Amino acid sequence: MVEEIGTTDEGDLIINIGPQHPATHGVLHLVITLNGETVRKVEPHLGYIHRSIEKMCESLSYRQFIYSTSRMDYLSSHINNHCCAMTVEKGLQLEVPERAAVIRILMDELTRIASHVLWWGAMAMDIGAFTPFFHAFREREMINDIMEETCGARLTMNYMVPGGVQFDLHPNFHRRVKAFVKQLRNKLPEYDELVTHNAIFKSRTKGVGILSKEDAISYGCSGPTARASGVDCDIRKTYPYEGYEKLQFEQAMSTDGDTYSRYLVRMVEMRQSLSIIEQLIDNIPEGDFQAKTKAVLKLPKGEFYSRVETARGEFGVYIVSEGGTTPYRIKFRSPGFSNLSALDHTVRGQKIGDLVAIMGSFDLVIPDIDR
Amino acid sequence: MFLKDYFNDIAQAVGSLLSGMRRTGYYFTHHKEIITEQYPDNRATLVLPERFRGEVVMPHNGQNEHRCTGCTACELACPNGTIKIVTKFELNAEGKRKKAVDAFVYHLELCTMCNLCIQACPTDAIKMAQSFEHSVYDRSQLTKILNKPESKLQEGVE
Repeated sequence: MVEEIGTTDEGDLIINIGPQHPATHGVLHLVITLNGETVRKVEPHLGYIHRSIEKMCESLSYRQFIYSTSRMDYLSSHINNHCCAMTVEKGLQLEVPERAAVIRILMDELTRIASHVLWWGAMAMDIGAFTPFFHAFREREMINDIMEETCGARLTMNYMVPGGVQFDLHPNFHRRVKAFVKQLRNKLPEYDELVTHNAIFKSRTKGVGILSKEDAISYGCSGPTARASGVDCDIRKTYPYEGYEKLQFEQAMSTDGDTYSRYLVRMVEMRQSLSIIEQLIDNIPEGDFQAKTKAVLKLPKGEFYSRVETARGEFGVYIVSEGGTTPYRIKFRSPGFSNLSALDHTVRGQKIGDLVAIMGSFDLVIPDIDR
Repeated sequence: MFLKDYFNDIAQAVGSLLSGMRRTGYYFTHHKEIITEQYPDNRATLVLPERFRGEVVMPHNGQNEHRCTGCTACELACPNGTIKIVTKFELNAEGKRKKAVDAFVYHLELCTMCNLCIQACPTDAIKMAQSFEHSVYDRSQLTKILNKPESKLQEGVE
């Protein structure tokens, strides 16, 4: 910190945002160097919510470690658990029943919508509109109720287990998901009316915080943040897993790379997820929801990696196994960390007032960055 | 030209604001679409789904009997060390020494409700309860002994 102050020009102002600040959506600490109103540098300081999850996982068995990944990106906990279960299955060379695979995709897409809906409310709130937050939570509550009924929890479900899913679908699941799809289809135009077409929102986001395609690739951005810059990086399309290759959906893309296009990409993605759910909800195959596994799972010696598309981007799990019941080493590739690293580059030269708008459009979840 | 664009911009901005305000006005006049739950007041009518995971409990039947054999499968399955089973040796009807559970210690403050213990249990001795209001004044109150005093193993459970 002392060195930082030494290298800045005279007249520069250094301010801290966070670690306790509502706009950073968690305990992120940003040290911002300002010249007047113009941002010269943003330096994220991490470590306030480091729980050492990767190290903790080394002492847990292959069934036990999955629960802790719900605590990383808590808004896409299903998808994180899915990736862990997939990696373990890869090691065990276990075939997942068809029904379980469909249930997994359904849950993933519901989670993606829940995450994007929450982001939509929070993004509007960052910019100064408070009402959309409540509209967003109304729809998100429906998904949470569906999850609560089928998985038994609202956020940290631990529903995906090696071999399938923990429980079968609740009898009400079909009806409630249909009601939810209908509701969100009706409300999405309302969202557009409230925020997307709003003149203030447009003028605050259009042309602000442009991230070029080259920069998005070189910083390793993924998910909607990179797709708004024209990088086609949807893992569901490029490296399909668990039957995504059989589904009809478009990769939401834009080429502008500004805050508004990152916003639009997520809005389109919500509609795409809805159409995936519509394709699957009437065609859930009958059968087992869980493959038969041994009581104690042992992965063969070797290295296993698998990746999925979470609501924020590419999430990967890398397991090194020595042949025992616990992993030798686990590494999580979280989308938030790479997206955050592009923040400094994107914000430089912008006004301080736009910083929060740009950060909101990156959709950062701090426990995911700092695990 | 400039003036025309200027006023066009203003008109569009006002239009977009009005269409947003129309939404607000709609909910202002349609009270039935408001879905706020008045939580502490609706406690009596609040129903949680049967799968909801609130805390681990051990059901006892009318004769104060449970189904826990003390096999410690749940203790091994737990990722956080939430469950500790203290066992004792009892003489059964034929005079044989048999392992039985003395105290099923459950640390609610460590529990993450991952459901792994319930899945591991071979005799369905424990299950998840739907209670969720766990706040207490002292942390020691969160450490619970799930088997009731003087309780016995249900007959026929191996």
